[in-house]
Amino acid sequence: MNTFAELIIVVVILLDMALAVTGSLSGCIRLVAVQGVVAGLLPLLAGGGAAHGVRALIFPVAIVTLKGVVFPWLLLRARDRSGARKDVEPLISYPASILLCLGAFIASSWLGSRLPLPETNVAWIVPASLATIFTGFLLITTRTKAITQVLGYLVIENGIYIFGLALFVEQPMLVELAILLDVFVAVFVMGIAIFHISREFDHIDTAELSELSDWRSGEYGK
Amino acid sequence: MIRPLLLLPLAAGFLAFIVRSDRARRLLLVWTARVHFLLTALTVLSYLKGPGGVPFAAWLTPLYPRPSEAVWFSFDALGLFFLGITSLLFLGASHYAAYYLAAEKSDPGEDADGLFVFNNAPEAVFTGCLLLFLAAMTAVTSSRHMGLLWAAVEATTLLSAPLIYFHRHKRSLEATWKYLLICSVGIALALMGNLFLGAAGLKAGGGLDFAAMLAAAPGLDKPLLKAAFLFLFVGYGTKMGLSPFHTWLPDAHSEAPALVSALLSGALLNCAFLGVLRVNAVCVSAGLADFTGGVLVLFGLFSVVTAAMFMLGQRDYKRMLAYSSIEHMGILALGTGLGGTGLFAALLGALSHSLTKAGLFFTSGNVLAAERTKRISEVRGLWRRAPRTAVLWLGGFFLITGLPPSGVFLSKFLILREAVAGGHYWLAAGFLFFLAVLFTGMARVFIAMTFGDRGQKEGEKPYAEPAGMLLPAALFFALVLGLGLYVPAWLDSLLWAAAGR
Repeated sequence: MNTFAELIIVVVILLDMALAVTGSLSGCIRLVAVQGVVAGLLPLLAGGGAAHGVRALIFPVAIVTLKGVVFPWLLLRARDRSGARKDVEPLISYPASILLCLGAFIASSWLGSRLPLPETNVAWIVPASLATIFTGFLLITTRTKAITQVLGYLVIENGIYIFGLALFVEQPMLVELAILLDVFVAVFVMGIAIFHISREFDHIDTAELSELSDWRSGEYGK
Repeated sequence: MIRPLLLLPLAAGFLAFIVRSDRARRLLLVWTARVHFLLTALTVLSYLKGPGGVPFAAWLTPLYPRPSEAVWFSFDALGLFFLGITSLLFLGASHYAAYYLAAEKSDPGEDADGLFVFNNAPEAVFTGCLLLFLAAMTAVTSSRHMGLLWAAVEATTLLSAPLIYFHRHKRSLEATWKYLLICSVGIALALMGNLFLGAAGLKAGGGLDFAAMLAAAPGLDKPLLKAAFLFLFVGYGTKMGLSPFHTWLPDAHSEAPALVSALLSGALLNCAFLGVLRVNAVCVSAGLADFTGGVLVLFGLFSVVTAAMFMLGQRDYKRMLAYSSIEHMGILALGTGLGGTGLFAALLGALSHSLTKAGLFFTSGNVLAAERTKRISEVRGLWRRAPRTAVLWLGGFFLITGLPPSGVFLSKFLILREAVAGGHYWLAAGFLFFLAVLFTGMARVFIAMTFGDRGQKEGEKPYAEPAGMLLPAALFFALVLGLGLYVPAWLDSLLWAAAGR
């Protein structure tokens, strides 16, 4: 059973690395979607005696539909409408990105062995989740487009989801649903915001969103 | 009583999206706020009188759930206290909104600095989001489960983002984007904290139900609980505007319409503070008071220092008010960290700050309407153009900086006394010094804006001050002034109960 789960963990880590070096915006959107789907399937395979039944099926189905179908559709639409350049325009080079990602994975492995967490039956699950969260932060901070920041948010969410599986914290159904609804609405609202940004500024480059600041005396802050 | 409290704004919010008439929608907003406030008052009353104290107490059973019962929403003293603040603020904001929206309708589209023309978001969307925002905040104050609390806090972020983007131009859009992204990522860290919290209780079996966790606190896994506290603190601290996670706050507060700034500062920040208070309570009963207290005091003081730094040389008066909010959130964290009377003082401070700051933001909207600029340097001699607004503006300044008598003064004084009593002399001295810096920084701005000569600006029409937009602020200021003179017995007992005595 766990061989599959461990395979998925390896896939998740590889997807992190791929995200760090992918230059195409639609490629990134697809990679994040694949990661979401793979993570959503994890509880089905790692279950091994845990809760089965309707509940155990509903969530993976809901998560896979949201992350695999709805989010990529929303984000690809936002990309097409924005008429922006189709690459992610990173602030640091791709080799630097993947080195940071690798470093994060090594640090996560060390941290994972140090944390006093309950024993898990899937190897590498804690380091993988921490590395995924870090990759999300990397996407948010070193990529300038608004869409990549949403992608970063989604990757962080994937990481936290895997982390939750590792800790065996069973949240009640209502709470899980509420969290899922929140993530959905968040992506939806951010998608609308991206649409407005592209219309208002003719680009979705967040590095240009810098009129409001106390540090620089810009146009407005005379 | 909880179900109507939650369902009323929810239903009204959805209704507001489909109501076509502006008048009807504004009436819906105002009456929902009134009924919500009435229900809140009744709930507080029945809580204070105890079971059977109010004739129709049978309705109120969720107030006193059996410990074993699986209840999602129930009130304790702390939740009720914050619900009271939220509901009262919303009552003021809705009355302000009715006049504000009417004024925006008749005179839309000019940028405050005359740089460009813009449109407003549809009023139906604005009102609907406002009401749903109230529903989400009600859910935050009544959530019994930490996971549900998280979901409700995230919902407040998502529902208030469209409110900030009411005036559709570049600056408000930039503020909205920063707010959405920084708060969503911050809150994601709080979700991580919830997972640690759940893991800490795996052996003790507390789950994430707040009451059960408090009962099981001594058996929780200490290192995991510490990790949970740190993540939750960073997550909710981001939303609360504690420095150095505050970067979204000045932008959002300065670009949002006045009444939204008032709600963000007075009600939303408190909701995040409630999240911090909840996890702090669990940690304190688990015997980690020194650890959490240290973290809270450190970041609390740092927020006060940050606010003081940015207060000097501030050019925009709404940003200045936003930094003052960061200062007060710092003071709340400081008081909570000191514990004992400090926590009581922090709660009193939360109430006084909410009312005062909301009043000040309401008034800042009037200043903006009268002067058509947010730049401090371009507002001089306000009392010549809008005398009643000027009186409120100056009065609000005296209250917020904590000149006696006011609730703000009382809370700052109690926190200072608690710091001295605990032997933290350097902390007390530093706190006092930066309060003085803040006072000077704000005094400079408020006095320069209110007094002095005023030249006629180009193409300026005479400005009539609408009474409906002055009244909420005046009422709130009167309440804070009253709090400084006399804290009623019922409020005192509610505050102590909320502080865990």
